[in-house]
Amino acid sequence: MHVVVCIKQVPDTGDVKINPETNTLIREGVESIINPFDENALEAALVLKETSGATVTVMTMGPPQAESALRECMARGADDVILLSDRAFAGSDTWATSYALAQGIRTLEQKPDIILFGKQAIDGDTAQVGPGVAEFLDLPVITYVRKLEVEGETVQVERVFEDGYEKMEAPMPVVLTILKEMNVPRMASLRGRMKAKKAEIKTWTAEHIKADPKEIGLQGSPTKVVRIFTPPKKTGGVRIDGSHPLEAARALVEKLKEQKVV
Amino acid sequence: MAQMDYGLTETQIEIRDMVREFAQDRVKPVRAELDEKEEFPRELLNELGRMDLMGLYIPEEYGGFGAESMLDFVLAVEELSRVCIGVSVSYAANALGADPILIGGSDEQKKKYLPPLASGEKLAAFALTEPNAGSDAGGIQTTAVKKGDKYILNGTKQWITNGGEADTYTIMAVTDKSKGARGTSFFIVEKGMPGFSFGKKEKKLGIRASATRELIFEDCEVPAENIIGREGMGFILGMKTFDVSRPGIAIQGVGLAQGALDEAVTYARTRHQFGRPVAANQGLQWMLAEMAVKVETARALTYAVCRTLDKGLKDVSKLSAMCKLYATDAAMSVTTDAVQVLGGYGYMREYPVEKMMRDAKILQIYEGTNQIQREVIGLSLIKEYASVK
Repeated sequence: MHVVVCIKQVPDTGDVKINPETNTLIREGVESIINPFDENALEAALVLKETSGATVTVMTMGPPQAESALRECMARGADDVILLSDRAFAGSDTWATSYALAQGIRTLEQKPDIILFGKQAIDGDTAQVGPGVAEFLDLPVITYVRKLEVEGETVQVERVFEDGYEKMEAPMPVVLTILKEMNVPRMASLRGRMKAKKAEIKTWTAEHIKADPKEIGLQGSPTKVVRIFTPPKKTGGVRIDGSHPLEAARALVEKLKEQKVV
Repeated sequence: MAQMDYGLTETQIEIRDMVREFAQDRVKPVRAELDEKEEFPRELLNELGRMDLMGLYIPEEYGGFGAESMLDFVLAVEELSRVCIGVSVSYAANALGADPILIGGSDEQKKKYLPPLASGEKLAAFALTEPNAGSDAGGIQTTAVKKGDKYILNGTKQWITNGGEADTYTIMAVTDKSKGARGTSFFIVEKGMPGFSFGKKEKKLGIRASATRELIFEDCEVPAENIIGREGMGFILGMKTFDVSRPGIAIQGVGLAQGALDEAVTYARTRHQFGRPVAANQGLQWMLAEMAVKVETARALTYAVCRTLDKGLKDVSKLSAMCKLYATDAAMSVTTDAVQVLGGYGYMREYPVEKMMRDAKILQIYEGTNQIQREVIGLSLIKEYASVK
């Protein structure tokens, strides 16, 4: 079994500040981390490696610095890691990113049985790239998975909603996006870290994955960002003293009447 | 701000960083609860095993990581101790339990007992102390009498760290009463051997995540091949074990004191009184400065002792006693001052420093009280100067 995990290196949003003048993210000095949901996806793959002898490949698209995220994945137990990196990818939106990752996956020698994503990235929060890759590869996709079991040629999963969950089955190959509650990501072992430190990281260019130049980078991205801004802070509202319930209720009804709610 | 350059190797930096991350991510969120519930950190130790850290000090041929320097292990203990010494002692006690096997065990014994300790699948414990023998290790009363291809053990061990939780125990017992300390031997006893049971689990002032328990031997049958080395080697093996284990206690003091200093400085910067941070007061700055100097001095001494022990020299008791004494006294003083810096908050359980102060006290007591350490140092000095003609 071959499990491919697609990850994204993101700024640690716990640290991110916004430049109030330009309304853009201040990225300098902010630590880069593996998108936390992708860590759950990787953990799910590593569990399959332990239980079913799966081979785990991790792929990411990003600048050369994304190598450090791939090394961390390798330290935790990924067998192979691939970095899609090329100036031509710069400025890719979720469409172009999905296309590039799909091309990368097509280029793999061993065809994947399961392709895993975190449910979304904490920087963009779009949750689009997983399903996007599934579309480009014409594979079934199940999102928001909290439980995964492999049975013969199928996967059995639990897909979570706000008010419950579905039990689903799908044939492999399949694309899944993984929730945080699925597992607790392991920390890398010392041997793993020492090995990953010295490992060569495979870098694939746009040409190598036979990407159509019109489909990648800014040119291949239909999304246009009009403006990034910090939403205005909510103002305080009105506090009604609750020490005398009857009076408080009266005051509340008064307010609702004023607003023509009742 | 520049940090002291201790010339750590690439591997040592890797170990320090990974354990620091582990301590922050995994230990810190649960330390107060483990303390409150007196709960053994089994899950944390399992995870440390998966991270190759349980076998750091065990040679590769026996399934360990095969660290080149004692410092590799000591750095791991330091980072754990910075967050919780209840957890770090449960971790380090495995090394203490394994040391007699590593130092004096046969190849067969090492092959049999070390790999499961290296993987973290099993835990180890060291047992010398008895109700009437602690500092006076020669005064132990647990006996081992040879009968055919077995030794029969009788007696009680007290205050054994990892007692009940560990699977592999190294036990000091008397094999020849007439020879005093020279008539003692070490045995490897496994949990479940007939006649081996556990007494009460102790309720302690600090390090409450760790398990401290009595071991009871009632006609306990141990295979004769489980003796470590030869009969009569017990005392020397015990002393050699202490020579290498004392820096492990010293570093608990360093880590703990560093953790307390971290809390004290952070608090002093954020707490405002009279319209300014309390750290703006010279009286407080001087306290913090004294604390920081003690921490760094203790660290420098302990690292230096580790590097000296790496050379495999003889008669190192003075040096290992020095770092144990200094670093643990420093930990008591720095944690006490940290509580003072935090004032009323420091005394409350919502803040971690009261636990640090409670935890610190044991460091001055176990693995040889600090009075014994002074005696070791004093006697060594007299011997040393007597030999200089």
